[in-house]
Amino acid sequence: MADQQLLDKIKAFEGREYGRVYAWDPVNAPMIRHWCEMMGITNPLYTDREFAREAGYPDIVAPPAMLQVWCMAGLDMENYPPGSTDENSFEVLKLIESHGFESVVAVNSDLKFDRYVAAGERLYYTSRVDAVTEEKATGLGTGHFVTVIMTYSVERAEGREDEKVGEQLFRVFKFKPAVRPKPETGTDSAIPKITRPRPGISDDSRFFWEGCEAGKLLVQRCADCQTLRHPPAPVCAKCHSFNWDTVEASGKGHLYSFVVMHYPEIPPFEYPNPVGLVELDEGVRLIAGLVGADRSELQIGQRLQVEFARFQDEELTLPQFRPVAQ
Amino acid sequence: MTLKKTRSIADVSLGESLPELAIPITVTLINGGAIATRDYFPGHHDKDAAQQLGSPHVFMNILTTTGLVQRYVEDWAGPLARFQDIKIKLGVPNYPGDTMTFKGEVKERDESEKTIEVSFAGKNSMGNHVTGSAVVVLP
Repeated sequence: MADQQLLDKIKAFEGREYGRVYAWDPVNAPMIRHWCEMMGITNPLYTDREFAREAGYPDIVAPPAMLQVWCMAGLDMENYPPGSTDENSFEVLKLIESHGFESVVAVNSDLKFDRYVAAGERLYYTSRVDAVTEEKATGLGTGHFVTVIMTYSVERAEGREDEKVGEQLFRVFKFKPAVRPKPETGTDSAIPKITRPRPGISDDSRFFWEGCEAGKLLVQRCADCQTLRHPPAPVCAKCHSFNWDTVEASGKGHLYSFVVMHYPEIPPFEYPNPVGLVELDEGVRLIAGLVGADRSELQIGQRLQVEFARFQDEELTLPQFRPVAQ
Repeated sequence: MTLKKTRSIADVSLGESLPELAIPITVTLINGGAIATRDYFPGHHDKDAAQQLGSPHVFMNILTTTGLVQRYVEDWAGPLARFQDIKIKLGVPNYPGDTMTFKGEVKERDESEKTIEVSFAGKNSMGNHVTGSAVVVLP
């Protein structure tokens, strides 16, 4: 249940402004080089003074994505450099945390750059709490989104006005995790495996999936009136017979209809994801993924040929259709 | 080192795709990236701490993601393309052992301002780790 008292308290932080938080160090070559090395960035603008001067800058400049880095507190996350505000500009997070929302993730970072900053310049930011949401339920858990706007400036010598160089919208989600931690046991892979949904297999449809395993596209046939049917079912719709067998289809057909899925993107599928309703030459229709075709090339009536694709360490075989010449 | 050429606005067409960039996600990248961005939050360098937080392993911090986004756009646009903004939204985490592949496209193109907006997505085996856009000024 959402806690109205908490909500009132944290909503009161909206619009609150906080004073300066200084950078520990002026923009400097060693931190830039270290950062570029980790990111795999080789642009000489950040490391070669001559190059930077030729490009019109007074010295090497900081990579723009480093803007936030300069004012990070460091190992002790509450240890702001001398001259900084005594207030904690993220105090609203502490209040939310005290109500049991112990986890935090960053969800948005929007950086805007008025200009690049050069070696030797010292930054500070001031901040404003832009928005605190009511309690939201997400895949991670329930909690509150908190958006803070930081304005970055360069400090000038006495008598000259400081200059704004950039702005950042930073949004975090402070939440109670939906699932409790599951300790890893003896597995090397850290990545939760996202797999395709497995087909629901019944006594009526088992032949179809076993056929796929064997590289055959099997279609159910009424053993009495010989009518073909798909998807598999226990009874013939035409003569109501319970007797059936199967025939192997040629795997050739045409595109009866199709849809191209764009959103939401659900792993492990590739997007855009074209899915076809395929009419086999034998006369029945089935739904299957389409491969090897650009969306713009797909045409109703397009000739198609089945192929069998194996997924998930070969444990799942699915029929897919590929366009072929008319 | 041979210096890459910076694209001019005339070199870029609306709807143009950027080449894909696959970045292997390693403990070293997550760890080193966190420290290079002065982010000592334990979930980015201490596996035990990350597991206490409910993650299977250490996970990439947002400042490293921002840096990799800059690399992706800048590798394509060239060294003198000047960023006006970088806007990102995080999705699924980047864990060690995965690969994040960036795809991008030119979404806006302003001939008179010489600016382009690139939209991008960095996808790993679980889905999109990052989506967003960046505006750069071309010479």
